[in-house]
Amino acid sequence: MTDITFNTAADAPQKPPKAKRKPLLKLLFGDLLSAFLTVLAVLIILGLIPAFNWAVLDAHWVGGPAACQGGGACWTFIGAKARLILFGLYPPQEQWRATIVIVLIVAMVLVSLSPKLWNARLLLVWAVAIAAMLVLMGGGVLGLDYVPTSKWGGLPVTLLLAVLSLGLALPLAVLLALGRRGKLPVARAISIFVIELVRGLPLVGLLFVAAILLPLLLPPEWTVDKLGRTLAALTIFAAAYLAEVIRGGLQGLDDGQIEAAEALGIPYWKMIWHIVLPQAIQNVIPPLTNTAIVMIKNTSLVLIVGVFDMLSAARSASTDPAWPAPSTEAYLFVAAIYFIICFSISIYSRHLERGVAARTHG
Amino acid sequence: MQIALLGGLVLFVWWLAGNTHENLTERGIRTGFDYLWRPARFPISESIVRYDASDSFFWAYVVGLANTLWLSFLSILFATLLGLVVGLSRRSAHPLLSRFAGTYVTVLRNVPLIVQLLFWYAIATSLFPVPREALNPLPGVFLSIRGVYAPALTLGPGASMLLIVAAFLMVIAIVAGFKVSAGKPLPAKAASVGLFLCVWVVAIVWLSGMLGHPVGLEAPALKGLNFRGGMVLSPEFAAIITGLTIYTSAFIGEIIRGGIDAVEKGQWEGARALGLSERHIMFRIILPQALRIIVPPMTSQYLSTVKNTTLAVAVGYPELGLVVNTVINQTGQAIESILIMLAVFLSISLSVSAFMNWYNARVALVVR
Repeated sequence: MTDITFNTAADAPQKPPKAKRKPLLKLLFGDLLSAFLTVLAVLIILGLIPAFNWAVLDAHWVGGPAACQGGGACWTFIGAKARLILFGLYPPQEQWRATIVIVLIVAMVLVSLSPKLWNARLLLVWAVAIAAMLVLMGGGVLGLDYVPTSKWGGLPVTLLLAVLSLGLALPLAVLLALGRRGKLPVARAISIFVIELVRGLPLVGLLFVAAILLPLLLPPEWTVDKLGRTLAALTIFAAAYLAEVIRGGLQGLDDGQIEAAEALGIPYWKMIWHIVLPQAIQNVIPPLTNTAIVMIKNTSLVLIVGVFDMLSAARSASTDPAWPAPSTEAYLFVAAIYFIICFSISIYSRHLERGVAARTHG
Repeated sequence: MQIALLGGLVLFVWWLAGNTHENLTERGIRTGFDYLWRPARFPISESIVRYDASDSFFWAYVVGLANTLWLSFLSILFATLLGLVVGLSRRSAHPLLSRFAGTYVTVLRNVPLIVQLLFWYAIATSLFPVPREALNPLPGVFLSIRGVYAPALTLGPGASMLLIVAAFLMVIAIVAGFKVSAGKPLPAKAASVGLFLCVWVVAIVWLSGMLGHPVGLEAPALKGLNFRGGMVLSPEFAAIITGLTIYTSAFIGEIIRGGIDAVEKGQWEGARALGLSERHIMFRIILPQALRIIVPPMTSQYLSTVKNTTLAVAVGYPELGLVVNTVINQTGQAIESILIMLAVFLSISLSVSAFMNWYNARVALVVR
């Protein structure tokens, strides 16, 4: 077959190397393809007008369930049900405790943003903060009323699951990665087996495994509640993926660093803690934050095994027969919260990456 | 050190096995795989292979697996095509288009897939109109609260023979397309394969006409309160295929854009200096080189798409995960069911990566 288009292109006048800035009109309608694309983009935007009408112009912003008749989004529903979506079944008079937990998590994350503060003391503060959060949520001591985990729900559960699973997974992941890269064949075999097995399974499957299999594997007197089992599954899952990321960081490390440390007679764990890990982790900050975002998104899957996180709360809120089935609005609200969390992390990750680049190249 | 580790592991596994045995006998759960041949006695709402409640548990697993594979295949195919469009749009100099694609990617990547699936499902089951007022975006395609209706193939007597001939001819058409265009760049290959497929379609239609139309298209039509005829996609299937395709396309778009960005700038400059048009540079010089960078991350994206199909549980589409869960609830044989699910997903993972490795080896740079 002959190639027709090629000849016409060769006959066309020689284009100068791409100019710095073309006028907007020429960019939009400069040649046939651009004009076509402009028309296409405008058509897509026009196609979105009904959605815009639904969400803004025809929407209902005030009033009760009765006001939400006809087409259009029912945003009053979000106002009425925000408490249920954000806090789930948590007892309303104890709600301040759940609010403090949210504030505490956000504050701790904000404090930890600055790389200057990353040291052993920060780890200690985190441990104390997490203990405080669990005490606040659960109660039963210090004169706080006991709230069973079955009553926990909404945003605090989502945030706690994300923070705890990532926090518990990181040390496990370091061990798995070191095991996989290490010289001991047994440790290597175990690490490879665990990592590949977990990565081969979908998280939903793993959640089922934890929900159904864990009570069978453990002695009858060790009862782990639903939240604990879910947390175990999320932790193992995060550990397997983080282990592969950290392994990448370890592989990127110059062998000379380890050889020099060994030559100086530095003990193995000291070498790992002071020399290997800081460099290895710095190398893999972008994939680490990516995995963190993925894990935060994954906490929404606990809905499938019946844990009452923000998404399940939104789903059950929208089944209230008093309202005309506003599930779309409820999911949009949850989506917005997830978007804010995940998007801020990705912006922060870009900022962090620039910092690392400036220190290594500058 | 090694011996201690090994000994600890053996003790741990032994302890787990002991607990499990105790728990199982306590609850009176039988073990073994003989339950697979008992009748399942639970319904599966839709499937691409024949199933009814008197079939065995084994067959129920097969039905779930078939649904998983069908869903994965369709969403990977659509997401790759859409992802190519998204990736190229983000790279384009066209300001409207690149902003639009950028927003699309950012929004979709930062919202959990399950939220998106539930969102689409909510739209399909609450905002779509009743069949009488169904939306009609394409001729013959109707969107309504009962599902998506589309034209279907109708098979008359003698159709299976014709379909076998058609499949055989299609393979020949694709192979012939590649053979004719061997050594030519990607678009030329695509064009000749497309041409041969057109010839194939014409040949099949002609053959069908010769045999008295055993194969035809039947469009759905509104009769009474619902549509009759044609093919119907349940709201569950429509929601999950839409959600998976759109979500995955954002990731694939980024992979493709990353691959294009990774091609050395000198390649663009050199090609521009030769006076090639931007489109020629993209399709003949940049994309073939980007492909080498794209293939490994694409493999993991495909794999996670296969694993993501298990989220269909959330809207109630009966893929393997839902079937396994139902079986566990019915029989209590959790360990066996989970082993089966594990085996299936591991073999899917291994075969997808084997195929992609083979493909990677084909497109990889040969250094002599």
